[in-house]
Amino acid sequence: MSAHELKSGPLEYRTQEGQMSILGFWIFLAAEVVLFSTLFATYAVLFGRTADAPVPGELFEPGIVLVMTFLLLTSSFTCGIAIHHMRRGSVKGLMTWLIITLILGLGFLGFEIYEFVHYSHEGATLQSSAFWSAFYTLAGTHGVHVTLGIGWAVLLLIQLAKRGLTPVTSRKVFIISLYWHFLDVIWIFIFTSVYLIGMVV
Amino acid sequence: MKLDEFFVTGEPLVYGGMVSIVLVTSAVIFLLTYFKRWGWLWREWLTTVDHKKIGIMYILSALAMLFRGGMDALMMRIQLAFPNMNFLNAQHYDEIFTTHGTIMIIFMAMPFLIGLMNIIVPLQIGARDFAFPYVNALSFWSFFFGAMLFNISFVIGGSPDAGWTSYTPLSGAAMSPGPGQNFYLMGLQLSGIGTLATGINLMVTILKMRAPGMKLFKMPIFTWSTLVTCFIIIFAFPILTVALALLTIDRIFGAQFFTVTGEGMPMMWANLFWMWGHPEVYIVILPAFGIFSEVIATFARKRLFGYHAMVWSMILIAGLSFLVWVHHFFTMGAGAFVNSVFSVSTMLIAVPTGVKIFNWLATLYKSKIEFTTPMMWSLAFIPSFVLGGVTGVMLGMAAADYQFHNSYFLIAHFHYVLIAGTVFACFAGLEYWYPKMFGHKLNERIGKLAFWFFVIGFHVTFFPQYFVGLDGMPRRVFYIIPEWMPLNVISTVGAFGMGVGFAIFVFNIYYSYRNSKREKTGDSWDGRTLEWATPTPVPFYNFATVPHADKYDAFLDMKEKGETTFEEEKLEPIHMPSNTGQPIIMMAIAAFASFALIFEWITLAVIGLVGVLIMMGIRSFDYDEGYHVEVDEIKRIERDARGL
Repeated sequence: MSAHELKSGPLEYRTQEGQMSILGFWIFLAAEVVLFSTLFATYAVLFGRTADAPVPGELFEPGIVLVMTFLLLTSSFTCGIAIHHMRRGSVKGLMTWLIITLILGLGFLGFEIYEFVHYSHEGATLQSSAFWSAFYTLAGTHGVHVTLGIGWAVLLLIQLAKRGLTPVTSRKVFIISLYWHFLDVIWIFIFTSVYLIGMVV
Repeated sequence: MKLDEFFVTGEPLVYGGMVSIVLVTSAVIFLLTYFKRWGWLWREWLTTVDHKKIGIMYILSALAMLFRGGMDALMMRIQLAFPNMNFLNAQHYDEIFTTHGTIMIIFMAMPFLIGLMNIIVPLQIGARDFAFPYVNALSFWSFFFGAMLFNISFVIGGSPDAGWTSYTPLSGAAMSPGPGQNFYLMGLQLSGIGTLATGINLMVTILKMRAPGMKLFKMPIFTWSTLVTCFIIIFAFPILTVALALLTIDRIFGAQFFTVTGEGMPMMWANLFWMWGHPEVYIVILPAFGIFSEVIATFARKRLFGYHAMVWSMILIAGLSFLVWVHHFFTMGAGAFVNSVFSVSTMLIAVPTGVKIFNWLATLYKSKIEFTTPMMWSLAFIPSFVLGGVTGVMLGMAAADYQFHNSYFLIAHFHYVLIAGTVFACFAGLEYWYPKMFGHKLNERIGKLAFWFFVIGFHVTFFPQYFVGLDGMPRRVFYIIPEWMPLNVISTVGAFGMGVGFAIFVFNIYYSYRNSKREKTGDSWDGRTLEWATPTPVPFYNFATVPHADKYDAFLDMKEKGETTFEEEKLEPIHMPSNTGQPIIMMAIAAFASFALIFEWITLAVIGLVGVLIMMGIRSFDYDEGYHVEVDEIKRIERDARGL
């Protein structure tokens, strides 16, 4: 464990601790890929097993899902801008764009909750069939990840306001940006393999 | 819920268990209070982030779990010794084989090996701790509380009884109502989080914290086996996490993943379980291979033969381990083509494993073997493990497997690989590295006595089971017919032999603590790798100066050049992490939440979950950056330890 600090390069990579944390998080994301892959596989296996519940084609609507996709993809973009400001050394820019990112994320969550409530009113609940169990678990796990990400980012915003940009805070912000982009990638797969396919079948 | 539903009632053996739990707990509390050791326990152990102490706690817990799992095994062997035995009834027998399997794999084999990795890997690569010491403590406590949660089930709420594989629909809410199966799900879930975290932690440690000059292909072989194991953990454990979560959602929230109603698919559980479960058996065997490689090279006084082939065969085994899971249920009826594919991939694993066996033999060839106890475990491992491996290939032939499936032939096979592989390695590794951990060797004479009891007992127990399996005795039955009696009696006798061996092994720990000569040098066995370069007991910062390690067998090279890990002119202040009570508190709250969920007390579970999140928040705001050990203090500690 060395406390030596590099003098150049991105702030979050300047300490060995920072480098190790970022590598560790990349490996964690690999584990998350496996986790979501298993959920996707489960969904694929149980696809079409709706029993007496409505089939997805009757419930999925292109409009709302497109709005959700737009919100989340944009939030990934604004998250990138936030990191750009961090690299420039601007705490204010970073915090502003991070807050915008979170607002977009909250919008996404709001629509997802509305969607879940709507489906269950139509008779498609977690309990109604294997297909719907798999759907709620896959989309819900993603939603829980987004929720945790928002809570986590709020904690980091407080720390940024208190401490400004240091190797530690910048490392933390960089890691949550990786997490946020990752959730975006997962959503793209959910959008295509769950919603698009579900609408046509 | 009434009190007599909360506690398990009506079984004399369980009452005995309750009494002994109360007695042991009171004795521990009394001793800690009487000797005023509570503060010491908290400061030195419960809040530690030192990888060596965490490793010791892992190994102690694993030995306790080996005792528990072993008692389960002996009870089963008593019940099966004679026809018409009434020692255990069907329900109790089901519970005991379930807890035996789960505890031995999840709470004994893995923590034992992870404990050894904890202590040895940073020392072997010249690191001062893990990459994330805080997370390491978190991992240990998640394992510890997961294990406690699972173990408490036999007195509170009732044990799971659907086998360690917990196949659906039997383990679903319809056929196994009540908390028993939930104990299995939550106990494994809680400790699984810790295992995944350890996998990531060790991988970063090995990739980023090696001594200068130590390229990947210069690493000691045990460290290599750890790195490959971490890879398997990272890609296999999330599958278990999901499988357990889906079954939990099924059981507690009424979903339909594995049910027979609502178009659920019970067979999917078997697939998900074994997609984790097969890599899991390599998680417990590859580190064992690593331990044997170290021990054999040390006591053959030769460089390990075919180092590169050893490494590549481990990598190959790790890759193949993800491609064979269907061989656990050939009889489920996936069809001839699917079965053939998995049959071939299964047999392929025998190739890299065979390479390793021949490399060990070639290391021994024309060497001057020193018959120390760890070496004897390693030598016993080779032929015993080959027996297990060859019968594994027999089971891997899909057509023949229809005969062997679910018989005692299978039981004999996997005990031959898991005991001769993993358990022998745990004993070998513990005896080999014991002086590094505690500053004195285990007594060799008593160690050898334990060895002979255990190894002979092992063969007497499991060799007959191949034949009783071929005679048609199925696994998981709680009674035998008279035709199977002779072989079963032999098995039971052997099991008690193993029990005696284990008891002697544990006695040896006490005996050696009292009587063994204390180590002075730190290099107890004339070792080859860096863990022997530090003084004994190892200073908390491990290395005063990190050596340059550009040779394989780095310490051998250092000894030839006369270098040590204490080059006074190169000393610098050392940065170390602070102790913290957060990990144990966070995981205790998580255990509380899991316990509530087991009994489906949703409100309490949510409160517990919020508690865990609050602890994570506290951690996020914790900017404790550790402290520095000054040069003068390092000098004082090292001179003391080295007798300079």
